[in-house]
Parts: sequence; structure tokens; C-alpha cells
Amino acid sequence: MSVLLKNIIRFALFILIQVFVLFKVPPLHRFITPYLYFLFILWLPFNLPRFSLTTIGFLFGLSLDYFTNTPGLHAAACTLIAYVRPFIINLLISQEGSDKNYTSPSITSMGWAPYATYVVVLTFLHHSYLVFLEWMSFGSFWYFLGKVIATTAVSLLLILVTELLFYRNEKFRTNTV
Amino acid sequence: MRNVFLFIRRYFNFLFFLVLQVVALSFLFRYNKFHEAAFLTVATEVTGGFNKKYNNVEYYFQLKKTNDSLAKDNVRMHQLLKENYEAPGNEKKLIVDTVKIDSLKKIQKYYFMDAKVVGSTTALQTNYITIHRGAAQNVKPNMGVVSSQGIVGTVVNVSQNYATVMSLLHRQYKVVVKLKNNNDRGTIEWDGLSPLFVTLKDIPKSVKVTKGDTVLTSPTSSLFPANIMVGTVYEVVDDKTSNFYTLKIRPSTNFFNLEYVYVIENQQYDEQKKLEDSTRKKFQ
Repeated sequence: MSVLLKNIIRFALFILIQVFVLFKVPPLHRFITPYLYFLFILWLPFNLPRFSLTTIGFLFGLSLDYFTNTPGLHAAACTLIAYVRPFIINLLISQEGSDKNYTSPSITSMGWAPYATYVVVLTFLHHSYLVFLEWMSFGSFWYFLGKVIATTAVSLLLILVTELLFYRNEKFRTNTV
Repeated sequence: MRNVFLFIRRYFNFLFFLVLQVVALSFLFRYNKFHEAAFLTVATEVTGGFNKKYNNVEYYFQLKKTNDSLAKDNVRMHQLLKENYEAPGNEKKLIVDTVKIDSLKKIQKYYFMDAKVVGSTTALQTNYITIHRGAAQNVKPNMGVVSSQGIVGTVVNVSQNYATVMSLLHRQYKVVVKLKNNNDRGTIEWDGLSPLFVTLKDIPKSVKVTKGDTVLTSPTSSLFPANIMVGTVYEVVDDKTSNFYTLKIRPSTNFFNLEYVYVIENQQYDEQKKLEDSTRKKFQ
């Protein structure tokens, strides 16, 4: 399956799962909203130009927004993490240039520790910005702090489960033809 | 000029990112006034379609509960039938003014229309409900929505065949209600804490309120007919710093398994609104 087709299917799947599974979960506490959809942006290939990465982030967030009737909320957060993503990858990737040898970020391509850091930083960034925008319209500082921490913890748990269930086998590509 | 172009080229990605952020934030903060800006009407039609497909499956799991609530509603309606109220003697015969009921249908202020709920959320801070009835079926923004159990929300946006309803569980939703016992009016809001409770404010402390008191819609709200169930008082929070109560209300509507709702059209809404607006303008 080509990378493009795979990502188109992922786009639809992530949105549908977020809207019809995770948002349907009865709320446990006001701080906990299970978010997983942004994993799509974390899984995008390495070789995407930054311009298209930002655009995809925007469109992806906006399509979720249309389901929740909050145009701009998730779009803003997704654009932010899509824009910041290349900087984090450049910092974390090792000298061997695994961004040339593998297609997309994963445990195999980056290694456990760098990949975990990458996920944690972007998840935290996404939730902080999202809850910050919510906080602008209503809420208090404790709401902001509590929700960012609780939601990040839940999201990391969901991402861990997803990574274990859907193990992505990244092929090693060499340019020695 | 050349430097400007060089600057743009150098920081193109950053500038593009800023532009997208500005677009997203303007969608977000101008949402209430600029529905068209985000193509929301078109999008509602599309997301409504998806919601309908999902609901086709989900509907079967709720059939039992839906049946129960419809049966209860039927019983309530039967209780209201005129035939149930029969007095034994001649002198106490119930006389109904037929002129008012039949030939002068125009005095009916509120029309009820049924609608199927196809999508809803309760997990967010801004919860909306999507119903399968839109502009083509006479739904307009600012119509009240109730279920057989109590009030649900207000229509905020319509497309051809779908409409989105801002539910009681929305941080910006407000509705005027009254206490059944003494007709004191207050405002219902949601504090975003738990989807099981909403708050009632502006009830003065001179009023006697006890746990379990009934809250009904007020005749001053132009969206709902008077005396529709809203909920019951769950807790009376005595705020020492204020002259008003903060009441914790348990809404009578179960937002987790809504299947059918009634959209209420106020025939005189536009007229009333126009009058009120022009009065405000006159004395500004």
C-alpha cells in the first residue's frame, strides 16, 4: 500500500474513532477527555515538506472541529504541533540519519527513548494549547492545570495501547543502489 | 522591496503557520456571529450524514429505553384527555369553548415538531446535539428543543436537512426558568463540572428553597412554553458572600440516551423580538 493511500485511510479512521468512540465514552471527570486523534500527525512521514505538514495539520484539526461544532479549536492546536514537529525530530534524531532510512517516526526508526520524548512533548504541547484556548473563553487556572495534566496522562496511555496493538513495522531503506 | 521578498521567502514556513493560526482563531472567537466564515452550514450537512449512519446502528441498542420513555409520555398525554375529567352532576359539566380550539387555530402560539437525534456529545465543555430535521423541514435558529422528559437546548445552526442544537450542557448556554412553588425566576447555566448537574442562579435568599423542589420553564422565555419540566433541586449551596442562592439542579433530561426530541416553533417569536429590539433602540 502506498504511503499516500495509507495516510488517507488513517486520516478518516482517526477522525471517526475520535468522534464515534472516544467522545462517546461517558465522562469520568471534567478533567478527563480522551484524545487520540492527533497521533495521525505524529505518524506522518519524515520527508513531508514543512509547508504541507502545516496544511495537513490545519485541515485535519478542522475536520474534527466540524464534528464537534467548534471551528478552529482543534485546528489551531493541530497546526501548532504540525509546525513544531520538524524541530523536535531534528533535535531527537541520532547522527546516522534515520529520517533518511525510515519513512515515518516510530519506535523502530527512532528508538524507544527519543520516540517517547517526541510523543510526550507534542502531546503536552497539543493539550496545553487546546485547554488554553478553552480557558480563554471560560474556566479558571486550576481547571487549566488539572485538565492539561489529566488529559495528557490519558492520551499517553491511549497512545501506548495503540502502539502495542498496531505495531508498525518500518522497513530499513538504504540508498546504496 | 527586494528585502521584503527575501524576508518572506526566508520565513515562509513561519509566516504560513501564523496565517493558519490566525484563521483558526478567528473561526473560534467569531463563531457566534460568523457561521458562514467556516462553511459550517455545508459541513453540518456532511457531518450530519455521518452521524445518521452511526445512529442507525446505535439506535437498536437504545430501543428499550426509547420505548419506555415514549410509553410514559403516552400515559401522561392520556391523563390530560378531557374524557378523564367527568363530574357526576349536570351543574358541573365541563364546557369547552369550541371556538377557541377549532376555528381559531391561529391563537396557537407554540408548534411542536418531532425530530430524531442523530448525534450528540456529553464529554466536552461545549456539547451540541445534531437532529435530523433542517431548514427544509421548517427548523430555524432560536427554536427551543425539549424531550419527553424535559428541556434539551436551543437550535443554533441549520442546514438543509440537519440542525445543531446547543444543549443545556454547554458553557455558554443560558435559559430563564422558575421555581414551581413560588414562581421565582432565575437563570440556568452549566459550570462544566459534571454532565449530571446544572446550576440555577439569581434566586434571592428571601425565597424558601428545599431539596427536591421542581424547576419549570418560565413564561418569560420566548423559546419554550411555560411549565415544561427542567429538573429538580439537588443541593442548596448557601453562598455567604451573595444575596442569591446557587442551586445545584439535576436536569430531568437524560442527555446520554436521547433518541427523539421535539422542536418548538414560537409563531410570534419574530414579532416579539422585533418589538423588544425597537424598544431598546428607542431609549438608547
